[in-house]
Amino acid sequence: MSRDEILLAVTKVFREVLDNDNLVIGETTTAGDIEEWDSLTHIQLVVAVEKRFRIRFGSRDIQGWATIGEMLDSIVAKIK
Amino acid sequence: MVVAIRVALLGDTATQWMVQAIRDAGGSRRLDLRLWEADFSQIEQQVYDPGSALYGFNPQVVVVYQSAQKLLGAYNRMEPGARRGLAEERMAQIGSLRAAIRARSAASVIYYNYPEIDDGVFGNYSNKTDYSFLFQLRKLNYELMRYAMQEDGFHICDLAVLQLQMGRAMFFRPSVFVVTDMEISIEALPAVAEATVSLIGALYGRVRKCLVLDLDNTLWGGVIGDDGLEKIEIGMLGIGRAFTDLQYWVLKLRQRGVLLAVCSKNTESVARQPFDSHPDMVLSLEDIAVFKANWDNKADNIRQIGAALNISLDSMVFLDDNPVERNMVREILPEVLVPELPDDPAEFLEYLYPLHLFETVSLTAEDGERTKMYRTDLERSAERLSYADEAAYLVSLNMSSRVEPFNGFNGPRVAQLSQRSNQFNLRTVRYTDAEVLVMAGSPDVFTFSFTLEDRFGDNGLVCAVILRKMPEEGLFIDSWFMSCRVLRRGMENFTLNIIAGFAREKGYRYLRGEYLPTARNGMVSDHYFSMGFQSQGGGWVLDVQTYNDRPTAVRRIDQ
Repeated sequence: MSRDEILLAVTKVFREVLDNDNLVIGETTTAGDIEEWDSLTHIQLVVAVEKRFRIRFGSRDIQGWATIGEMLDSIVAKIK
Repeated sequence: MVVAIRVALLGDTATQWMVQAIRDAGGSRRLDLRLWEADFSQIEQQVYDPGSALYGFNPQVVVVYQSAQKLLGAYNRMEPGARRGLAEERMAQIGSLRAAIRARSAASVIYYNYPEIDDGVFGNYSNKTDYSFLFQLRKLNYELMRYAMQEDGFHICDLAVLQLQMGRAMFFRPSVFVVTDMEISIEALPAVAEATVSLIGALYGRVRKCLVLDLDNTLWGGVIGDDGLEKIEIGMLGIGRAFTDLQYWVLKLRQRGVLLAVCSKNTESVARQPFDSHPDMVLSLEDIAVFKANWDNKADNIRQIGAALNISLDSMVFLDDNPVERNMVREILPEVLVPELPDDPAEFLEYLYPLHLFETVSLTAEDGERTKMYRTDLERSAERLSYADEAAYLVSLNMSSRVEPFNGFNGPRVAQLSQRSNQFNLRTVRYTDAEVLVMAGSPDVFTFSFTLEDRFGDNGLVCAVILRKMPEEGLFIDSWFMSCRVLRRGMENFTLNIIAGFAREKGYRYLRGEYLPTARNGMVSDHYFSMGFQSQGGGWVLDVQTYNDRPTAVRRIDQ
């Protein structure tokens, strides 16, 4: 799976969880850029992304992402 | 009918998702839960401050969630010598929280017990070490049960069992807990919410009363009509043990007060054979309140069972191994709960255990006798037919009733009746144990409970009336509900004679009644009219000064 494909899949998950079909995210997107992405929906996103890629994030992953790019880094590292 | 219930949730960990999950679970059970959530870790502040937002919300149910992780944190910080007092200390806190809530509110309290955590410090030796965490946690869970037994309006929601059923790895997600302070994983929350809402539902009368059973391949292996008495699997034959164990489970439900009915596609005489003559059958015909074995469709049979027992379809559960029958009943009678059963009968019980099929918040001594009561009802109806004159029949019953205000003894049964009566219930206000006791002590309320005994047996407490003082010499009938088992026995007339006589003696001039229609209480829509009340301003009024006692064959027993 290429990084672009992963971003596409993550975008799909975000759209579903946050219930916003027009949501666009990129490598540099942060939680602050997306209104619906708060500490609560964060956990929902984490669990949904885990389910999508059949991976499990660690606590540093969950706590640490400053950007979507960093989330993608975690996913890439896990699905290798 | 959607019921609105105000539920407050207080926790010592992050509870935002839990609130959401409880709201969702309520919606799928047609309970309209108005939820209020305390700020993070504000249990004591909210409970001990009489002016807090908690009491401002005026909750009917207060859910208190103190997590096992936080308990472990407290244990870790204790001096080693103090650790053997952990359970005791926590129980004292819980008792004090409960007392504070009771002093300020009639709300019921739901408290989650503690899912087990073994910190491994003592290994198996923790079972021999009274200051190990596991020892203290288990002691705490045990003490909670003991406390709940004697504390009215305090109910345990069993998180320990939920974790046991789904497994710790599913229940608890350490990474999420570390980051968010949320103890119960997102995946486990729906089950926790479901358990919580079952309990809240039971507090407000959502209880199931009857288990309807298929026979072939459900209660025994094989088909009695084809295989014959010797070949059906029960006891030691084949996988008979699976069916024996299921029958014991069903029997325990019957002993607890759940009504049993049989609904089977069979020739009746053939279907009865195993009950009459198979030595390994656990259930006997005495355990079955209604036995339907015929070739009609099961939905019709279930409807007739409900009618015979005078219970509504949404209080029935139907067990059948055949997916076609299950789907047909679901399709035609969506109110009936029809659990999917696993293909392998050996899996039936483990599948059924966690479903919360027969959640309840009270048991009375009468419950175990219920099947017998219904069976005597059927005897009575049979005898009624042989009397030409109904009045003569009623006199022959030799009925007597004990009339008492609500008190600590009859309170639980009054609450149970208020929660379960759907048909003969004029205003369908549901009361919990705690609320009943509050009314018993209130100077502005007069309460009446009625038992009914006849020559066939004791029906127990069958009716209750709550009168509230009104301005200007009147009494408002806040509640009048009666068990449908005693319909057409003159009990309504007896009840009115008692309360009208009481009002007159106390110097009141009139009784005011009100009928609030629900989906199920149509049978009493004309109640006040037929009892001689006059329509007035959207309600019904009875002048007690000129009231003449109505005919009844029920005698009052003096206390």
